[in-house]
Amino acid sequence: MPKTPVTFNLNGAETGVFVDDAQNLLEALRRGAGDLSPKFGCGQGTCGACTVLIDGVPHLSCLTLAEAVSNRNIETTGGLAGAALHPLQKAFMEGFAAQCGFCTSGMLMAAKALLDRNPRPSREDVIEAISGNLCRCTGYEPIVDAILKAAGEMRGGYAA
Amino acid sequence: MSVEFRKDLFANERDDNLNEIGKPKIRQDIEGHVTGRTAYYDDHLFDGLLHMRCLRSPHHHARVRSVETSAAEEMAGVRRVVRPSDVPNNLNALLSIIGFGKDDEQLLAEPLVRYKGEPILAIIADTEAIARAACAAVRVDWEVMPHVLDVEEAIAPGAPSVNPAYPNNTFTYEPYDHVKLRFGDVQKGFAEADHIVEAEYEMSPIEQAPMETCGAIAAPETAERFVCHTGTQALFFSLGTTAKLLDTPSSRLHFIGGTVGGGFGGKVDSIVEPMAVLGAMLTGRPVKFQWDRPEEMQVGAPRGAERWRIKDGVMNDGRIVARQFTGFFDAGAYTRLSSYAGTKCTGHLPGPYTIPNVAANTFCVYTNRTPATAMRGFGITGVDFALECHMDRVAEAVGVDPISLRILNSYRDGDMKAHRRVAKNCALVECCQVAAGKAGWGLSADDMAASSMVGTSAERAAIPETALDQEGREGERVAGRLSTTAPAPGTRVLPAGTRGRGMEAVPVQRPDMQILSERVGHAVPDKVDEPEAAPPVAATVPSAIAPPPTPATASPPVRPAAAPPAAAPPVVPEPVGAAPLPAPPAEQSYTPDKPFSRGVKRPGVSRFLSGRRR
Amino acid sequence: MTRVVTVSSLAEAAAAGGAILGGGTLLMRQVNDAPQEVPELVHVNDPALRILRSDGAHWHIGAGVTMTDIIASPDCAALHPVARSIGGPALRNMASVGGNLFAPHPYGDFAVALLALGAEVIWSDGRAQDIESFLRGRDTAQGAVQALRVPKVTPDRLAYRKVSRTKPKGVSVMSVAVLLETSAGTITSARVAFGAMGPTPMRAPSAEAALRGARLDVAGVAAACDACVRDLAPVDDALASAWYRAEVAPIHLRRCLLGEV
Repeated sequence: MPKTPVTFNLNGAETGVFVDDAQNLLEALRRGAGDLSPKFGCGQGTCGACTVLIDGVPHLSCLTLAEAVSNRNIETTGGLAGAALHPLQKAFMEGFAAQCGFCTSGMLMAAKALLDRNPRPSREDVIEAISGNLCRCTGYEPIVDAILKAAGEMRGGYAA
Repeated sequence: MSVEFRKDLFANERDDNLNEIGKPKIRQDIEGHVTGRTAYYDDHLFDGLLHMRCLRSPHHHARVRSVETSAAEEMAGVRRVVRPSDVPNNLNALLSIIGFGKDDEQLLAEPLVRYKGEPILAIIADTEAIARAACAAVRVDWEVMPHVLDVEEAIAPGAPSVNPAYPNNTFTYEPYDHVKLRFGDVQKGFAEADHIVEAEYEMSPIEQAPMETCGAIAAPETAERFVCHTGTQALFFSLGTTAKLLDTPSSRLHFIGGTVGGGFGGKVDSIVEPMAVLGAMLTGRPVKFQWDRPEEMQVGAPRGAERWRIKDGVMNDGRIVARQFTGFFDAGAYTRLSSYAGTKCTGHLPGPYTIPNVAANTFCVYTNRTPATAMRGFGITGVDFALECHMDRVAEAVGVDPISLRILNSYRDGDMKAHRRVAKNCALVECCQVAAGKAGWGLSADDMAASSMVGTSAERAAIPETALDQEGREGERVAGRLSTTAPAPGTRVLPAGTRGRGMEAVPVQRPDMQILSERVGHAVPDKVDEPEAAPPVAATVPSAIAPPPTPATASPPVRPAAAPPAAAPPVVPEPVGAAPLPAPPAEQSYTPDKPFSRGVKRPGVSRFLSGRRR
Repeated sequence: MTRVVTVSSLAEAAAAGGAILGGGTLLMRQVNDAPQEVPELVHVNDPALRILRSDGAHWHIGAGVTMTDIIASPDCAALHPVARSIGGPALRNMASVGGNLFAPHPYGDFAVALLALGAEVIWSDGRAQDIESFLRGRDTAQGAVQALRVPKVTPDRLAYRKVSRTKPKGVSVMSVAVLLETSAGTITSARVAFGAMGPTPMRAPSAEAALRGARLDVAGVAAACDACVRDLAPVDDALASAWYRAEVAPIHLRRCLLGEV
C-alpha cells in the first residue's frame, strides 16, 4: 500500500505522517501522529466527536482529506492544556459536563473556536456553536453552562 | 442546573451525615475526558494492525446457496477470509453463561440468515478501506425465504419459523410459551367494576446509539495468550462468551475494558470481542473489529419493539379492582437478553399500584428483525409508558384527577404486591405530591395529606384466593388450538394466603462454581454436578416466572426478579407453594487436580462451556 | 483504494475525470464508507473557486464557497438563513455551495434556495445552464461546476424553511424555499421549491400557478398549499415516510409563505 507524506503543525509542533490513499485526517491524527484525542463516532459528519481546529476554524476531521492539510495548523483537545488546564477544561470538570467523555474533545474544540472568536457569547450562541456535536449521556445543559462559565472566567481572568 | 434535595421526606429512614453519599463529587475519570487522555478501546496503538469487516445479509430471511470470495481474496492487502467454519464452537446464547435459555445464535451465520444485516463472513485486511472493498467484491447467491416482522403475526399458525432453537417463535418459559402472573381473579374483578377501560399501546425498537460504536482490538501476547481491548459494558460476559465460541480457556484471554464511550445496554452482546480475538488467532496479528455508524444503527441490538394490551376494571371512585395485561416483547431473530425482558416486565406488573386482581401473559417472540437486547430498564420502561398512559385514560373514564387517581391506587408500605412480595420503602405518593407542586397542579387537601407510610390494611396486605389456568403450553398456539393471547379464565383455585415458593439467596459456593473453575482452566472430576445436585431450576420446581437459576454472584443486570409463582404446572397438582425446595447441595470445597490444564473433554460440548450444563 | 490527484485549476480537474472533492462532506463520507465506489479523488487547489462577489444584479458564487463564507458576506443576507440551516459550524466551514448542488436526498437544502431563485450553473468551460435542467440531469452529469450565478434578492423576497425532527439541527424532513413578488398584498409571481420531496430539489408549478394573483394570507394561499403535493415525489426514508411528507407539505408551505412560527 503506497503512502504519502504529509506535514503539518499539530498543537504547536511540526509533525509529519505517512497516510494511505484518501485517508481522512482523523485516522492520520490518531494512527499517524498518535494524537488519540479526536474520536471516531460516525465517519459521516453527523456527530462532531472528531472536531479539530484547522487554522483556528473547526473542521470535521473524519471528512477532511489528510493530504489537504499540508502545512496548516491543527489544534486538538490533546493540546488544549498548557501548564494548567484551559478554563473550558476546568469548567467541564467542575460542572459535570462529561459523562462517558466520548463527545468531550469535539465539544471542547467547538467551544474553543467560539470563545476565541466571541468572548461574550449568549446562551443561543453557545447552543449554535455546539449544534453539530452530539452528546448521548450528559445532556446539553451542563455543557452549555460550562462553556458560559468558562467564557466568564476567561473574560475576568487572564484573557481580560 | 442544580439538584434539589427533598430531605424533609423520609428523614427518619436516612443518615445525612455520611462522608461521600449525598455530597457533590467531581468524577474521578473526568480529567482524562477533558484532556483527551482517557483511553477507550480504540485508543491503543498496535504496529501492523489489521482491520476486519463483515459481509452482511441484505435480506430478512434467506439461505446462502453459495459464496464466491475469489475476487476478494485476490485483492492486494487482503489477509484472510473468515468463514463460519473458522469459528470453533459456532453457537451461543448470551445468557447461557448463566444457564438461562438455549444456544440459538451463530457468530457467523450458515446456512441461513434470519435478520437483515446478519454476518455470514468476515474479511481481514491491511486497511479498513481494503476490507470494505473486499467485502463488496464477494458474490453471494441468496435464496430469499418468507419472513415475519410482527410479533403477533409470528405466533399465528402458519408463520415462518424464525429460530430453530424455538421453532414456535416464542421463548419457552417452561412449560408455557409466555410468563404467567396470576393474583386474585380478574374476571371476578371485572364483574364487580363500574367501568372497564381497555387500550393497546406499542413502541418501536430504540437504538442505544452510543457515541462510540461497538468494537474491540485483539492482539497476540506471549504464551499463546491474546489481549483484547474492548468497549464492552459486560467484560466477563464478553470474556466467557469469547472463551465458549472460540473453544478456548479464558486463561488465554486477557480482556481489558471498563472505559466505555456510552453504552446504555447496547454493549453487552459480546459479538465484537470473539470476532476480534478470532481474527488475531487466525492471522497472528493485531486485529480491530469496529462497527461503523450504519452497522451500529442496523445491527446493533436495540431495545426491542413492544406491544401491550391493558384492561382495567375500575370503581366510580377511581379504585382499580382488576388489571389484565398482555404483553409482547419482540426479541428479533435471536434471544440475546429479550427472555429476561419478559421476566422483568412480569415482576414489575401491575406498576406501583395495589390492585387486588391481576393477571398477565407476557410473551418473548422471535421475528426476523434485528435481535433486541438490553437498554436502560428494558422490560420496564416501555411497560411503564403503557401503564401510565392507561392510568390517564382510567382517570378520564371515571372523571378523577389523574394525579389523585395515582395517589389513591399507589402502593402503601405493607401492601401485598401482585407477585406476592410485601411493598416497602414506597414513595409514589410523595413523588406525585412533589411533581404536582412543581407543575403547579392543584391537589386536594386529602391528597396532600396522604403518605406512602400509612394506609395499608389487612385486606391490602393479604394474598387473595387466586384463579389459575393452564393455557398456552409450548406449541399449542402455533397448532391453532388457542384463540387468544390474553390470560384465560381460571379453571382451578389456589387458596388464599398461598405464597408460592420463596426465593432466597443461594450460598455463594454452589456446585456450578466448579464449572467456573473449569472455565479458567481446571479439570473437573466427572462425578460432581450431576443433575440431581443441580441448583433449583424451573424444571423441578413450579414457577410461573421461570427464574433463571442464577447464582447469587451473577452480575446485576441479569438477576431474576424475585417473583414467586402464581400458577401451577401439571406435574405438581396443588398447591404450588407446597412444592418442596430441593435441599441445598452439600458444600464441597473443590481442589483442582490438574491446575491450569486446558479444560476437560466432554463429547459434543465445548470444553469451556460455562454456566449450567445441559 | 482511492487514488488522490491534486491539481491547481478546475480545468485540470475536469480533465482528470475522477470525483472532484469539494468540502468533502459528501464525498469523503463515501470514501470512508465505500472506497471501491470512488476510484479517484481529485483535490483542486484553485483560489478562483472560492470567489464570492456581486456582479450587478447577480451574485457570483464560486463552487468552493462554503456555507460559512456565505454567512460572512453581508451582501448575501437573503441566503444567510439558508446557509445557517445546514449542519453545525464545523460542517459549514467545509460544506461548499457547489457540493450542495450534488447532494442526494435528503440533503441539498442550499440547492433548494438556488432553485427557487432561478440560479444558473456555470460549468468549467464557461457554459451556463439553468438550475432546473441541471438538476434533472445531475446524477449523470459529466464535467466540473465552476460557479453559480444567482439573481440577487433582498431578504424579504426569499422565504425559506427547513423542517427537522431535532432542534436546533437535524436533517431535512423537507425544506421549502419561495421567491415571492407581491404588490399591495397580492402575489404577482412565485417560484416554489422543495427539498427532500423527490430525488432532487423540485419545483411545484401547480402551487406557483395557484399563488399568482392570490392574497398573501391564510385563505389566499390555501389552494396553492393543497396543490403543491401534485408536483412532488416524496420517498420513505429513516426520517419520515412519503405519506407523512405529502401530508405535511401543504402546512409547511403555508408556514413558510406566511412566516408563521
